[in-house]
Amino acid sequence: MPTKTKEKKSEAEPTRRSFLNILWIILGGVALAEFIAVAFAFLRPRKLKARGENADSIITAGAVESFRPNSVTAFVRGKFYLACLEDGGFLALSRTCTHLGCSVPWIEKELKFACPCHGSAFDITGNVIDAPAPRALDIYAITIENNIIKVDTREPIKRNTFRVDQVTYPKKKV
Amino acid sequence: MPGQLNLFQRIRYSIFPGTLQRPEYRERYRSFFNSLILHFRPHSVQQRTLRFTLTWGLGGMAVLLVCILFATGLMLKFVYQPVPDRAYESIIHLQNNVLFGQLIRNIHHWSGNILLIIVFLHFLRIFFTGAFHPPREFNWIIGLAMFLAVLTSNITGYLLPWDQLAFWAITICTGMLEYIPGIGEWLQGLVRGGSDIGPATLSIFFAIHTAVIPACLLILMPFHFWRVRKAGGLVIPCRPYEDETSENEKVPTIPNLILREIVVAVVLIAVVMVVAVLFNAPLEAKANPGLSPNPTKAPWYFAGIQELLLHFHPLFALFIIPVFMLIALVSIPYFNYQTETAGVWFASLKGRSMAVVAALVAIIVTPIGIVADEFVIDLAAWMPNIPGEISNGLIPFALMLTATFLFYKIMKNKFSSNNNEALQSVFVLLAVAFIILTITGIWFRGLNMKLSLPGYY
Repeated sequence: MPTKTKEKKSEAEPTRRSFLNILWIILGGVALAEFIAVAFAFLRPRKLKARGENADSIITAGAVESFRPNSVTAFVRGKFYLACLEDGGFLALSRTCTHLGCSVPWIEKELKFACPCHGSAFDITGNVIDAPAPRALDIYAITIENNIIKVDTREPIKRNTFRVDQVTYPKKKV
Repeated sequence: MPGQLNLFQRIRYSIFPGTLQRPEYRERYRSFFNSLILHFRPHSVQQRTLRFTLTWGLGGMAVLLVCILFATGLMLKFVYQPVPDRAYESIIHLQNNVLFGQLIRNIHHWSGNILLIIVFLHFLRIFFTGAFHPPREFNWIIGLAMFLAVLTSNITGYLLPWDQLAFWAITICTGMLEYIPGIGEWLQGLVRGGSDIGPATLSIFFAIHTAVIPACLLILMPFHFWRVRKAGGLVIPCRPYEDETSENEKVPTIPNLILREIVVAVVLIAVVMVVAVLFNAPLEAKANPGLSPNPTKAPWYFAGIQELLLHFHPLFALFIIPVFMLIALVSIPYFNYQTETAGVWFASLKGRSMAVVAALVAIIVTPIGIVADEFVIDLAAWMPNIPGEISNGLIPFALMLTATFLFYKIMKNKFSSNNNEALQSVFVLLAVAFIILTITGIWFRGLNMKLSLPGYY
């Protein structure tokens, strides 16, 4: 009975055929994994760096003298507010609410940012006055050269609360 | 005989060769056509499953609405342009210059919204008739997957008009993703295609709405129906006081089932048409990323979650509670049940009274909770030294879980019921509470999301 012995053999130890079958399945799995990896890489959002070095991302806000202390100026193109604090220091605040991403308008009368979506409120430094916002408004980096304020809007800087070292001061004229 | 035919008859008989033959052949030909239908439907069905109060025709309605959505969506695709600078303008063009453009958009809009309601009712029907018991457990999971697909389709479609309503609702919805621990920011970037809502977001949503979800539904729907067939058709309905084994008669599908389905379909099409003619799909001013409208609300089907957000820390409202709910829903068919109740509405007469009690409890407790939390309770302020995740998240969440568990125990003891009926009453409690949260979010939230009566802001 030659056929019977053959069957037994295939159950007991791997024949060349079963080995090749397994090999094909493994190759198929590898191909599938490759496609999945390609799909993921394809769908991954591009880094902000792509926007990077172009001139749009650094916004010239203007001369230091043109901002009154305790005032907030909106910059629509850069999507930020330039806050001039009481002591003459500057903060560039993101206009995006840290709760769910609505745009917060500055309420001049009450000296606060009030989010229309869920009622969060922030003071002039971006600190939370009213919940549900979990943390202070994001800020952007400011540089002051020759009394001209420039804001780098490439990457918002996240923070929990306002600290004094976040404020940029113009160099005192001697 | 063929020689005497004119051109049109020859063309006709070339398409339908059987009709050329004698009447008895014609009969055979008709049965050939019927057997085409029988590729999709069984030859015969249990007579008792035809009872309208078993299914309310909800599954069939969902299929029909999906077909309407496919047809109207395909038409809209010829006009719509998925680019931020053109999207809103192309909708205006569709409504003002394209013949029946507004009507087609209305039908698509209302069908999508009605589909969500119908699918939810179908889900309740399956639950309350116990149609998730073996061998139908996995079909419950497929159904949940399709429910999520329909929900995703609604959200992604919501952005496409690119008006203020769409832009800010999607800003909020994708903003919610940020609170998922660990992968939140990555996931948000993936969904938005960047850090803000912009051209990439519109492309992604358009692709998901018009290709990914339709493809998923085309795969999942036949799978769902096939599993119904494999389970031997629908659950056989049985009134609580009826003997299960009485009259098990089978009747041919044609015409018994098909005719009933056609009636439901015709009525539903009429309803959709009337709604689409009377009410226009909303379209506000073009999206303005600098100006959030007040109040900004999520789409109505997310109003419940948005309402939770006003009462719980975002980590709990947006992640932990929804994940708990999803796990609970998925595990419904896999609990150990003491009895088999497939086909009996509310499991038993006792189950029905318990469901009524649970619904009443939810109707009384939920609004009281909402009002109390709005005006009296402020856990975060009472416990200023504890982080918000705990004071406004873990503590109220743990209280809710305990209350739910106590409710289960009390119901089980008070009615001396088995766990089928007690679990069902917990489901009713949570479902009714969620519906009330949704209603509050849609109609009772005014300026700055403050509690207010509808129309008073």
